[in-house]
Amino acid sequence: MTFDERYFNIGRLDRLSYGDSFIHRLDPRTKVIATILFLFTVVSFPKYEVVALAPFFLFPILLMTLGGISLRFIALKVLMVSPFAILIGIFNPLFDTQTVTIGFGTSISAGWISFAAILVKFTLTVSTALLLVATTSFPGVCQALRRLGCPAIFVTQLLFLYRYLFVLAEEAMRIVRARDLRCFGRQGRGVKIFARLVGTLLVRSLDRAERIYRAMLSRGFAGDIPRLGGFRLRSADLAFAAAMALFLVTFRFFPLTEEFGRFAQELWR
Amino acid sequence: MSHHIIEFRDVLFRYPDGTEALKGINFRITHGESVGIVGANGAGKSTLLLHLNGCLLPAAGTVTIGDLTLAAETRRQLRRKVGVVFQNPDDQLFMPTVFEDVAFGPLNIGLNDRQVRERVHWALGMVGCLDLWDKPPHHLSAGQKSAVAIAAVMAMEPDILAMDEPAANLDPRSRRSLIGLLKTFRHTKLIASHDLDLILDVCERCLVVRDGRVVADGPSAAILSDAPLLEENNLELPLSLHRR
Amino acid sequence: MHMADALLSPAVGITMLAGTVAVGGYASKKLKENIDDRMIPLMGVLGAFIFAAQMINFTIPATGASGHLGGGMILAILLGPHAAFLVMASVLTVQALFFADGGLLALGCNIWNLAFYPGYLLYPLLYKPLAGGGDRPGRVLVASVISVVVALQLGAFSVVLQTYLSGKSELPLGAFLLFMQPIHLAIGLVEGFITAGIIGFIRSVRPDILACAATSRPLSGDFSLRKILITFAVLAVFTGAALSWFASTHPDGLEWAIARVTGRAELPEPVGGIGVVLKDIQEKTAFLPGYGFQSAPSEAIEAEAPPAWPAVEAGTSAAGVIGAAIVLGVVGLIGFCIRLVRKRVQGATP
Repeated sequence: MTFDERYFNIGRLDRLSYGDSFIHRLDPRTKVIATILFLFTVVSFPKYEVVALAPFFLFPILLMTLGGISLRFIALKVLMVSPFAILIGIFNPLFDTQTVTIGFGTSISAGWISFAAILVKFTLTVSTALLLVATTSFPGVCQALRRLGCPAIFVTQLLFLYRYLFVLAEEAMRIVRARDLRCFGRQGRGVKIFARLVGTLLVRSLDRAERIYRAMLSRGFAGDIPRLGGFRLRSADLAFAAAMALFLVTFRFFPLTEEFGRFAQELWR
Repeated sequence: MSHHIIEFRDVLFRYPDGTEALKGINFRITHGESVGIVGANGAGKSTLLLHLNGCLLPAAGTVTIGDLTLAAETRRQLRRKVGVVFQNPDDQLFMPTVFEDVAFGPLNIGLNDRQVRERVHWALGMVGCLDLWDKPPHHLSAGQKSAVAIAAVMAMEPDILAMDEPAANLDPRSRRSLIGLLKTFRHTKLIASHDLDLILDVCERCLVVRDGRVVADGPSAAILSDAPLLEENNLELPLSLHRR
Repeated sequence: MHMADALLSPAVGITMLAGTVAVGGYASKKLKENIDDRMIPLMGVLGAFIFAAQMINFTIPATGASGHLGGGMILAILLGPHAAFLVMASVLTVQALFFADGGLLALGCNIWNLAFYPGYLLYPLLYKPLAGGGDRPGRVLVASVISVVVALQLGAFSVVLQTYLSGKSELPLGAFLLFMQPIHLAIGLVEGFITAGIIGFIRSVRPDILACAATSRPLSGDFSLRKILITFAVLAVFTGAALSWFASTHPDGLEWAIARVTGRAELPEPVGGIGVVLKDIQEKTAFLPGYGFQSAPSEAIEAEAPPAWPAVEAGTSAAGVIGAAIVLGVVGLIGFCIRLVRKRVQGATP
């Protein structure tokens, strides 16, 4: 991905997060906890379990549709970060050659099943994490973290980072464009020039930090970032949390997918 | 609000790398005056402004505001009297939302939640940005950022307002709004700017700074129509005076 | 490279998360005690800087591949280990959230791998002693390259270990190591040079920053040998615990891996008495299937011979496949309907 692409990517996700929908309006704490529990549950499935994961697609689908996030956007992002998981996972079929049956009289090596499991889990975890951000503004996530016990200094750090990453990314983009305009082919993309570019960016960043500090002092900053009151949990949040808990427990511990399949088979006969 | 007289006497300032930015600044500004500060780049305008709220301390000479003399111990008190709006709004809007940025000052003063909300509401209303309250700063346009930065400073209700190049990044309409807004402020105002038309419009008095010294001090109308003086200082006649 | 959630088991994830949270808590505490006000905007902006700098690619010499900066060492040099850890952690958190670069559960692993080693291990142990006062460019270069290379090697090794212990990947330990370590050696060399280059550049245009950075943190006095040893001990306990979980549940798997790597075919003893204790606890929690501790639920029943690993439940029945298809179909339908309704609603309201 080029610099420009990465930059506009974050921008898009950021803008989506300020949308307005039922999901957006839920308390960030609810969403953060729900997502963490979801991820944990998905990851806890044994390595050969693929079929039981199917119902879990409901969560990201719901977030996506109720939150008004485009499927294409999420799908593309998932695809973009899949190389590492695929790269590691592809060895499973190569090394795990025990054959197992998968119904309908066919059989494949166990390695393919565990590979499929990795891919499914990957899709579920990555899309859900992205949807968390897409439906909760980043400051909302930070507030949630703070109220869930994260040290204030780390939350402040996250907020400042977020605030200035767009500013600095734009500065970096300008520097990169200036470089790219003046390098023909490969020259100029080397390490030495990179070090100088980054050095320049660093000095500008430090100057900026100094100016921000001055502005903070000018408005009375004395060491602590002050805060106003926070969110309140509503009944929608409690309902969401309860539904989530029920869903996770049910589908983790009961092989319902198989039941549906058997039911369908009975109907067929 | 009684006497908020600003007085600089023989103020000297040297940056850590040795540059002598101020070589003896002298002036006196009384309550309610609107003063423009003009001069070439590097003349010392911004450095001067940074002394107003104690971001910088003079190496020699005195800065007196009201009955407080600027020193390390009095800096904090001074900052409640003097609000400084810096050149780059991005550097001044560092909180996640506009509301929190404008609330930063009042919260630091020690007001309670209800008072803070009132101040924020008032300040944002004054600059016409009430509907932006929950937006993150990086979603705002340059004009909006400038306006919110001003609101953030005004929310502290300072007696004196100092601004460094307030119209630098604004489009003509935003600039016009800003000028209109500044004209409604009854505070003492110090505005450093290259925008001589703005100074002419908003400030009755003008200081010309060159090489760290005040070389001219008088009514804006007089100073800003003195072509030779302006050219000596890398400036020109304001555009609105060009037609004469 | 960053760990993904899909390759992680809850056991490994939680262990690393615990370690990271512990270090993070320690760093926060230390910063609160020692902090200079101006650190707050500085940390934030430097975090944004690292983030932005990582978005710029460069070509790695002699390979033509493109790489990007890590940044842990530069942060440690500029800010000291505590602030550097938090800043790096924040960068990784934002990356995980916005770029899906590394999973959310895997954040514990990623922060440990990329933020702990440079700041808390390599900076005090290797960089500072080697670089001395930092005024000789040659020494800075050597110090940079060595510390960054070692930091990245440790990080890469940790990723391999975490993946292996999670048990979701079949990649043999040896092969994985052979893949990861050399790549990170190359990246480390380049990043070491870049780090030295940046520090040199700063020194020439803004030496005051480095002087400030070097003196404002009471690092040398603070960071006693004892603390370093404690850190190593903690690390060892974590790894030891994790290894013994594995050893007691996948004896065949570990044996096989070790056989491949070392040519021996012996099962190593569980680490001291820990392994026995852990096996005990594990048996008591045997009702939790698949939480990364076991491969088959029947482990609890001692009478049965331990099932061959991998377990026979890898296969599934036709019912399972049909069921999956039905479920996915239903889920898709629900999604489709919701979208339709939303469009209708949004179309209706002006």
